Amino acid sequence: MIEFIDVTKKYGENIGLEHANIKINKGDFVFLVGPSGAGKSTFIKLILREIKADSGRILVDDMDVTRMSNRQVPQLRRTCGMVFQDFRLLPRKTVFENVAFAMEIVKFSQRTIRRQVPQILSMMGISSKADKYPNELSAGEQQRVAIARAVINNPKVLIADEPTGNLDPDTAWEIMKLLEMINRRGTTIVMVTHAKDIVDRMNKRVVTIDKGHIVGDVTEGAYMIHENY
Amino acid sequence: MRTIKYAFKQAFIQVFRNRTMSIASIFSITAMLLILGLFFILAVNVGLATESAKDKFDTVQIYLLDETSQESADEMIESLKSIQGVSSAWYFTKEEAMEEFRVSWGEQAYLLDTLAENPLPNSIKVTLSDLSQADTVISIAQTFPGVEDVPNSQEFIDQILKITDGIQKGAIAIIVFLVIVSVVVVSNTVKLTVLAREREISIMKYVGATNWFIRGPFLTEGMLIGCFSALISVGLVMAAYTKIVEMVGQRALLLLSTSLVPAGFLTTHLFGIFLPLGISIGALGSIISMRRFLDT
Repeated sequence: MIEFIDVTKKYGENIGLEHANIKINKGDFVFLVGPSGAGKSTFIKLILREIKADSGRILVDDMDVTRMSNRQVPQLRRTCGMVFQDFRLLPRKTVFENVAFAMEIVKFSQRTIRRQVPQILSMMGISSKADKYPNELSAGEQQRVAIARAVINNPKVLIADEPTGNLDPDTAWEIMKLLEMINRRGTTIVMVTHAKDIVDRMNKRVVTIDKGHIVGDVTEGAYMIHENY
Repeated sequence: MRTIKYAFKQAFIQVFRNRTMSIASIFSITAMLLILGLFFILAVNVGLATESAKDKFDTVQIYLLDETSQESADEMIESLKSIQGVSSAWYFTKEEAMEEFRVSWGEQAYLLDTLAENPLPNSIKVTLSDLSQADTVISIAQTFPGVEDVPNSQEFIDQILKITDGIQKGAIAIIVFLVIVSVVVVSNTVKLTVLAREREISIMKYVGATNWFIRGPFLTEGMLIGCFSALISVGLVMAAYTKIVEMVGQRALLLLSTSLVPAGFLTTHLFGIFLPLGISIGALGSIISMRRFLDT
């Protein structure tokens, strides 16, 4: 589903990612861990073609991200749902409109939108919040809206950048349960996190990045390798 | 089609939800269009004044000596009529001349009553279809026996034409300058709107929206704002101009001996100019201000 072949990205003298090789299969649930500035953000930005790699190849769902024209970028981003630590909801749109927006850009009819948005909101447990604006919701609720928006078009990959970073432990765990459910429905999930307890408890594949290099990759695992992370 | 519908719907929602910014933009475009409208009206009126000034001087008057007989005057008229560019020529008696004087003096005409006898000469009036023939007509008329004088107004006409030409060129220069200024002002105002939504735009890109999909509502919003501004400024300019015509119209008629351009005529033209102009200013403003945010 996602493949990095000898990918290098430098910011001037600083290494973002160097000679990175990794293969993430369809249906995988992968935690991406490592200290701040290790290259986790570079990894995600490369997948979404927010930045271009200096060398190497990146494949996402058989699309060659490294040789893609700007016009194809929206198509790539529709293949990948995104969830962020700070939710990134459109502040001037209601919950319903935020989720509907993802469908509007793919030109679904209003009828389909009116049918599917309530379904996904109910799946995320926020049906009653449909007409609220993001600033009227709790952090956990906002993240549920963001996840609803990310998965409504059935993306093949869901990329979550510290989705639990702003949440208390109980809410964080609820969000993890939602992500696990989405993963079971066949969506590949790549999640960047610093939350050791969550990684340990989920018992999924863990990829560790440090100083621009992939230094660890265990299939069932724990937040480990270097104790001081 | 669905995208266009979406863009319009979003634009209306955004203009309404973002009232303060929208009103600020409408104000600045309206202000620009107002000033522009005033100069436009000035240019049109000066143009009209010039035209009517030219019309007034399409007549050459040949003053005759008192002893010149009606018969020799008729001969002169015949030969004048044969010159190219002359549309008509007729005998104008001293009594007719006095009557014309009385009319133009209006209420002060009683002053003319004190004259013992009519001091005005008989004359021949020649109207020209081609103003540039004035010199030819004058030089031929001067060779006729029994002609007292042929006043040459050509220099005066040239002077007037030069002045009005200058005024019109100045007005056009100012209009062009104002259009540029308003595009800059509007693009800055819209840039503030876009800046306020920079985050929104980046989120839209994350969700996979194409550049045109993102641009659509902003573009429509700019055009909508331009459209509102055009309507408001046409309304204001016309209201002001109608008042001006009412107040100054009569006096200006005496002073400049020309009338102002009628308000109804200007409305249609201003509408035809302001609406496309306002919409283009709005559209151009939003495209310019969004360019930076849609690079990748």
